[in-house]
Amino acid sequence: MKRWEFRLSGSGGQGLITAGIILGEAAVLEGKEVVQSQSYGPEARGGASKAEVIIDTKKIHYPKVVLPDIILAMSQEAAQKYGSEIKENGIIVIDSSMVDDFKHDKVKVLKIPITKLAKDEVGKTFTANIIAIAFLVGLTKVVSFDSLKQAVLNRIPKGTEAMNTKAMEIGWQWSQEKL
Amino acid sequence: MTMRKASLIQGNRACTEGALAAGVRFYAGYPITPSTEIAEIMSEELPKLGGKFVQMEDEIAGMACILGAALTGKKVLTASSGPGISLKQEAIGYAAMAEIPCVIVNVQRLGPSTGGPTSSAQGDIMQARWGTHGDHPIIALCPSSVYECFTLTVTAVNFAEKFRTPVYVLLDEIVGHMRENVELPTYEEIKIIDRKKPTCAPKEYKPYKIDESMIPAMADFGTGYKWHVTGLFHDETGFPTGKTDVIDSQLNRLMTKFSKYEDEILLWEENQLEDAEILLVAYGSTARSALDAIETLRNEGIKVGLFRPITIWPFPEKVLRGKLEKLKHIIVPEMNYGQLMLEVERVCKDKVSVSGLFKVNGLPITPDEIIAKVREVL
Amino acid sequence: MRPDLHHLFRIDKLPHIWCPGCGHGIITRTIGEAIAESDLDLEQTVIVSGIGCSSRASGYMNFDTLHTLHGRALAFATGVKLSNPQLNVFVLTGDGDATAIGGNHFIHAARRNINLNVILFNNNIYGMTGGQYSPLTPTGKMATTSPYGNIENNFDIPALAIASGASYVARGTAFHDKLLVDCIKEGIKNKGFSLIEAMSMCPTSYGRRNKMGTPADMLNDLKTSAVNINVAKKLTPEKLEGKFLIGTLHHKPYREFTEEYDKLIDRLRKEDI
Repeated sequence: MKRWEFRLSGSGGQGLITAGIILGEAAVLEGKEVVQSQSYGPEARGGASKAEVIIDTKKIHYPKVVLPDIILAMSQEAAQKYGSEIKENGIIVIDSSMVDDFKHDKVKVLKIPITKLAKDEVGKTFTANIIAIAFLVGLTKVVSFDSLKQAVLNRIPKGTEAMNTKAMEIGWQWSQEKL
Repeated sequence: MTMRKASLIQGNRACTEGALAAGVRFYAGYPITPSTEIAEIMSEELPKLGGKFVQMEDEIAGMACILGAALTGKKVLTASSGPGISLKQEAIGYAAMAEIPCVIVNVQRLGPSTGGPTSSAQGDIMQARWGTHGDHPIIALCPSSVYECFTLTVTAVNFAEKFRTPVYVLLDEIVGHMRENVELPTYEEIKIIDRKKPTCAPKEYKPYKIDESMIPAMADFGTGYKWHVTGLFHDETGFPTGKTDVIDSQLNRLMTKFSKYEDEILLWEENQLEDAEILLVAYGSTARSALDAIETLRNEGIKVGLFRPITIWPFPEKVLRGKLEKLKHIIVPEMNYGQLMLEVERVCKDKVSVSGLFKVNGLPITPDEIIAKVREVL
Repeated sequence: MRPDLHHLFRIDKLPHIWCPGCGHGIITRTIGEAIAESDLDLEQTVIVSGIGCSSRASGYMNFDTLHTLHGRALAFATGVKLSNPQLNVFVLTGDGDATAIGGNHFIHAARRNINLNVILFNNNIYGMTGGQYSPLTPTGKMATTSPYGNIENNFDIPALAIASGASYVARGTAFHDKLLVDCIKEGIKNKGFSLIEAMSMCPTSYGRRNKMGTPADMLNDLKTSAVNINVAKKLTPEKLEGKFLIGTLHHKPYREFTEEYDKLIDRLRKEDI
C-alpha cells in the first residue's frame, strides 16, 4: 500500500478531529502505521479547523501531510484556505451544503451535500463527520468498511450506534455511486 | 496490568500515562495550551489511584504546590507551556537548591510572550538550562515520538527521584498533540526508581550530608526527622549559613552531583552515522523530518547521518565529540533561532563547521527544507 | 522561655535574628504555647513559612519546617496538606508575604477552606528589606518608599479572609498574648482555613520612622488600640473610632478541601467495585 495523506478541513465543532481519529483508529485495527495531527484556531466553535491523517505500511517519520491525496472541505473558508495544494491525481471532496462556490482546474472535485444528508437522512447534523469519513473510506478503500465500522462504534457514545451506522452507510453508498 | 495492544494515542496522553506508571501520585498545575490534556487526564486518573490532583490559582502555585507534596514523600509532576514555564522559574530554582525531586513537562509553544498557543516551537531549550537565577545543574529530556513521551516521562520521574533534582520533559506542540499507533510498555516492563530515605535515627539525620553516591537521603515530612528546608544557602544540617567556605563546597557539590552518573543520564540516538560526511543534529519532532531527509539523500548517494540528543541537558558533548572524525559539516535544524546550535558549535567547531536551519513561524521544518540545506552545504 | 516549651523550639538556633523590641518573638512563643496546649502529634506537625522577618520563625521551631519563597508559603502548604491530610500544617507569614506578593494564594487557600492554620505576623512594614510600605502600612505613615507619607489604602485582612471563604478568622496582638494563644488554639480546632492576624511591631523599620517612641510605647499602642470584640458590641461607633477589634471575629465551619478530596477518592473506589 502507498502512503495516504488526508487533510480534513472545516470549522471548529464539525467533528473533523474526531473523524481523523476514527480514520486513524480504523487503520490501526488493520495493523497499519498511523499519525494523526491537527491545527486549530483559538475558537472552540467556528474558525478554520484542520485534521490530518497519514496512513502507511512503513514507519512514518515526518508527521504532517506533505501534499494530500484527499482533501475534505466542509466550510467555505476551509475550501479556500486548504483546497488548492494537492497531489496531481488527488481528489477534493466538498460538502456542497456548506460550500457555495469551489473550483479546481487540475484535480477531480466531488460535491456531496454531507451536512444536508446528516440533517435530512439521519436526522442529526452532528453525524456529518461520520458520513464524510465513510465517504472517504469508500472512495479510497484505505481501510475496509468493517474496520471503519468497528472504529466508529469504539468511539461514539452509547445509544448512538444506530444513527452512526446509518450515517456510515449513507456515506459509503454515495461514494460507490460517485466512483 | 494486562497486556496493552497497539492503539492511537496522543503524545500528551502517553506522557501522563508514563507519569502514572512511574508512580506519580500528585499533580498541581494551571491550564495552558498546548499542555492542558495532561492536567485533564491527571484530574480523571489520579483520584482513582488514591492520588491527588489540584488546579491551582496560578502557574507559580502549581509549581510550589508539587514541591510541598514531594516533601511528604510523593512523586510529583506538573505540566505547562511558554508563559507558564517562565512563571515557574523561581520555584524550579528552589527545587534545585533544596534538592526536591519533581518533573516539569513543558509542551513548547511559539514564543516569546503569549506567542502562538497552538503553534509548535522548540524555543525553550536554553530556558530549560538557564531559566532560573544562579547556577545549578538540570536534566532535560526530549521525546520525538508518542512512545517516547511515555518512556521518557518514566525516565524523568526516575531521574528526579534518584538524583533529587527537577527534571524537564521537553515536548513540542507537534509531539504533544499528535497521535500515533503505539504499544506502550506494560507496568512489569518498566523500571521504577524510588528516592533514597534515611536509615539513621532522627537525631543523627543531616539532610544534606552525602555519602559516595553524592545524593543525600531524603526524609518524608511527618516521619519524625524534623528537618528544615530552605532556599537559602544551607550547610549539611539544612540550616542557613553565611560561611563562604560552606557555600562554596555546597554549590560545588550541587553543580557536580550527577557528573558521575553521565553514563546513565546521557541518552541519544544515532542514524547512519558511521560513514556520514554531513551530520544532522536534531531533536524532538524535527528529528523526524531529519530521518525522512536522510532517506531521500542516501538514495542519491549523499552520506548524511543523524545524531539525536534525547538528553538535551546535560548535553552529551563527549559522545558527540567522539563522532566528528569523518564529518565535513554539521547542520542543526531547530524551531528556534539556534539555541542548541550554540551548544553544538561550542562542542564541535574547532573540528567541524556548524550551521543552522531555523524556522520560527509555528510550522514544522519539513524534510524538503532539510534536503535543500544539505545541498547548499555540499 | 517557659522550660516546658523548650522541646518545641530549636534552642540551639537561638538567639533569633529579630531586632530588640520586635514583636515577632512573642508571637512565635504563642504559637508554641498553642501547640503545647492542643495535644498535637509533634511528629505529624509541619511549619511552613514564606520570606521576610516573620518567616524566619520556622527555623526556630522543632518540627518539619519549610522555609519557602516570598509569598508562596500557602501554595507549598497546600501541597503538603493535600498530599498528606494527616499532617497538622501551620503557615507563618507576614503582611507583605501574605497580602502583596502572596495575595492570590491567600484568597484561594481561604476559598478552598483547606485545613491550614495561618498566623499572619502584621508589623505594617517590610522589615527585612529595610522598611518599605506594605499593603498594611496605614495611610499617611512613613516608609522608605513612601517618604512623603503613604497615599495608598490598606487591606482589612479579616474582612478579606472572610470574604474569600476562611472558616475561622481571629486577631490578637503581641500585647494580648494570652488571647492570641486562645485564638491559635481555636484555629487548630477548626477543620478548615484558619486565619489569625497577629499584630506585631517593628520599632526599627516602622516605629522609628513614624516617631512611635520606644518598643514599650509601641506595645502600649497595641494595648490601647485593640478592643475585644465582646466589649466592642457594647460600644458606640464613636468610641471605636481609630480602634481595631481582637478576638474571634468569624467562625463558620463548612466543607473542607482535603476531606472533600478523600470523599471523592472513596466514591471512585466504590464505583470501581
